[in-house]
Amino acid sequence: MMLDHGKSDAHAHRVDHLLIAEMVAAGSRVLDVGCGDGALLQLLAETKNVDGRGIEIARERVNACVAHGLSVIQGDADRDLAEYPDGAFDYAILSLTIQATLRPRLVLDNLLRIGRRAIVSFPNFGHWQVRTKLLATGRMPVTANLPDTWYETPNAHLCTIKDFADMCELANARVERAVAFNSSGQQLGTWVRLPLTVHNLLGEKAVFLLKRR
Amino acid sequence: MAGSVRRNVPTTDIEVAGDAVAHSREVERPSSPFVEFSADAPLELDCGLSLAPFNVAYQTYGTLNAAKSNAILICHALTGDQHVANAHPVTGKPGWWATMIGPGKPIDTRRYFVICPNILGGCMGSTGPASLSPATGKPYGLDFPVITVGDMVSAQVRLIDHLGIEQLFCVTGGSMGGMQVLEWAARLKDRVFTAMPIATAAWHSAQNIAFHEVGRQAVMADPDWCGGDYIEQGKVPRNGLAVARMAAHITYLSEEALQRKFGRELQERSEKTFTFNADFQVESYLRHQGTTFVDRFDANSYLYITRAMDYFDLAASHGGVLANAFRGTRTRFCVISFTSDWLYPTRESRTIVKALNAVAANVSFVEVESDKGHDAFLLEEPELFATVRGFLAAAAERRGIAPAESA
Repeated sequence: MMLDHGKSDAHAHRVDHLLIAEMVAAGSRVLDVGCGDGALLQLLAETKNVDGRGIEIARERVNACVAHGLSVIQGDADRDLAEYPDGAFDYAILSLTIQATLRPRLVLDNLLRIGRRAIVSFPNFGHWQVRTKLLATGRMPVTANLPDTWYETPNAHLCTIKDFADMCELANARVERAVAFNSSGQQLGTWVRLPLTVHNLLGEKAVFLLKRR
Repeated sequence: MAGSVRRNVPTTDIEVAGDAVAHSREVERPSSPFVEFSADAPLELDCGLSLAPFNVAYQTYGTLNAAKSNAILICHALTGDQHVANAHPVTGKPGWWATMIGPGKPIDTRRYFVICPNILGGCMGSTGPASLSPATGKPYGLDFPVITVGDMVSAQVRLIDHLGIEQLFCVTGGSMGGMQVLEWAARLKDRVFTAMPIATAAWHSAQNIAFHEVGRQAVMADPDWCGGDYIEQGKVPRNGLAVARMAAHITYLSEEALQRKFGRELQERSEKTFTFNADFQVESYLRHQGTTFVDRFDANSYLYITRAMDYFDLAASHGGVLANAFRGTRTRFCVISFTSDWLYPTRESRTIVKALNAVAANVSFVEVESDKGHDAFLLEEPELFATVRGFLAAAAERRGIAPAESA
C-alpha cells in the first residue's frame, strides 16, 4: 500500500516523515495507519518519545515491525479503523496512504474521530509535471513522484492539493498546518506566503495537520 | 504466609523413570518444587465450592532480579505441564518449549526469570482429581470440584504472591495457556506488564466443545474408567484416554501437514493386510500418540481440564462484550496466531485484537505463516521466535530490565 518515496538510503528519513515528526508533540499517543516498515513509528519513538501503534496491511511488514519491538497489527485502513474508540489517540497519521484507500472520505472521517488531530500526507496530482504530461501525451502521467502505470499503481483515489483541501472542508476539518514540498524535500513555504494555486502547481507532495471543528 | 515450599529440587536434577508408576508418583511427590497452601487459605472456585488444602508444583529457570521485575509466567496447555524447559521426569523428553526458553533463546533465561506452574486440575504435582482428598485419604476422582480457567489463574496468583512478585513482566502461553494469559490480563491488570496469548481464543466454540466431548466420552466409555474411581480399583482407562488423545491430536495438525508427513504410506508393509491392524502410517502414528500419552497423563485430569476449557468465555463473563474484559488495561499485548491453525484460527485472535483496539490498548498482532496447524506454537517457527524475541526485548527495555550479559 505504501509508495516508495524520497528515501535515498537506509539511514535517510523520508521528507514527509520528518515533516510529520515536526508536527507531533513529544510524548503523545500516535496511531500510524499504513505504517509500512515502521520507519515513521521508529522516528517518532526516537525523536518524540511517543506511545506509537501501527496498522499495516502486509503481513510480512507487520511481523518485521513487531520483531523490531513496534506495536503493530495487521489491518486495513478501509475496514479496521471503525474498531477504535473516539479520541483514542493524540494523532492519527496516514502517510502517503490515503490515495490507495477505497473510501478516502470514510478513512478521513475515522482519522478525525480516532485522533484528536489527524495528519495526512499524499502525492499531489495537481503538480505541473503531471498536468503537462497528461496534456502533452494524452495518457495517464508516469513521473518520479508517481512512478507506476495506471494498471499497476496501488493508488485508487489520486487527488490534488485543492481536492484534498475541499474534502477537509466537507469533513468539517480545520487545517491547522499544511506544507507542500518537492522531491528534494524543499518546502514551499506556508499557505500565507503563497496562494494555494501555487502550492498545487509546484508541490509534489503535501502534509496536512487537521483537527475536527 | 499460607503457602510453604515443601521441597526444592534443582530443576536440572530430575530422575527419569519413564512409566506409569513414575507418573503416579509425580502426582503426590513431584520432582518439581511445590507450594502447599494450607486449609486456612482455601481457594474459592467459580463453581461456588472452595478447595483446601491445595498444592501448586512449578519449575523455574533463570534468576529473579533485585527489583523482581523480570519474571515471566508460562501457562501450559491442556496436556502440557511445568516441565517447559527441562527433561520430562516421566518421559525423559526435552521440555515442551525447550526451543523457546533458555540461555540466548527468545525467552532468554539470562535476562528473564521464568516460572511455569502445573495447572490446578493437572496431574504433575498441582492438586487435581488424582490427588488424595484430605477428607477421605483417597484420590478425589469425580469428587474433585469442576474447575475453570479462572480457577487455574487464581491458583497461579497464589504462587506468584508466594514468590513475592508484585507484577509479572510477561504472562504467555499457547492454546489453553493463552486462555490463562487472557484471564490474567483481564482480571489482574496491574500485575501484568505484557501479555502474549498465542494460538488461542477468548472462548470455546461449538466445534471446540464438540471435539472435547468426543474425548471425554471415549474416556468414560472405557470400562476401566470405573465411574472415575479407577485409581482405587487399580485400573487405568488406557484405551479410552488413548482414543481421546488420538482424536484431539488430529485437531492439532493441519490437513496439509498430515498429508505431507504420512500421505497414504503403509506402515512397515508393502501390501494392505485386509485386517484392522495399523496398515497406514498415520494410524500407527496416532496409536503411538495415544499410548505414550496414557503413561504420563491422568484420565480424570483430562476430563476436568477439557471441561474448564469448554466453560471458558471471556466475553460472557464481562457482560457479553469482550472489550469490557480489557477496559482500563495498561498491559502491552502481543497476539500471535498461525495461518493453518483450524482449532483456534486467526479469526479468534482477530476478535481479541478487535476488543483490545476498542479500548485503545497497546497491541501487536502477528499471524505466522505456517502449514503445521495448531501445534506450530510448539515448534521452531522462525517468525514466531523473531516476534517473541523482539516484542519481549522492546518491552524489557521499557520496563528497565537489564540486557543479558552474553556468555
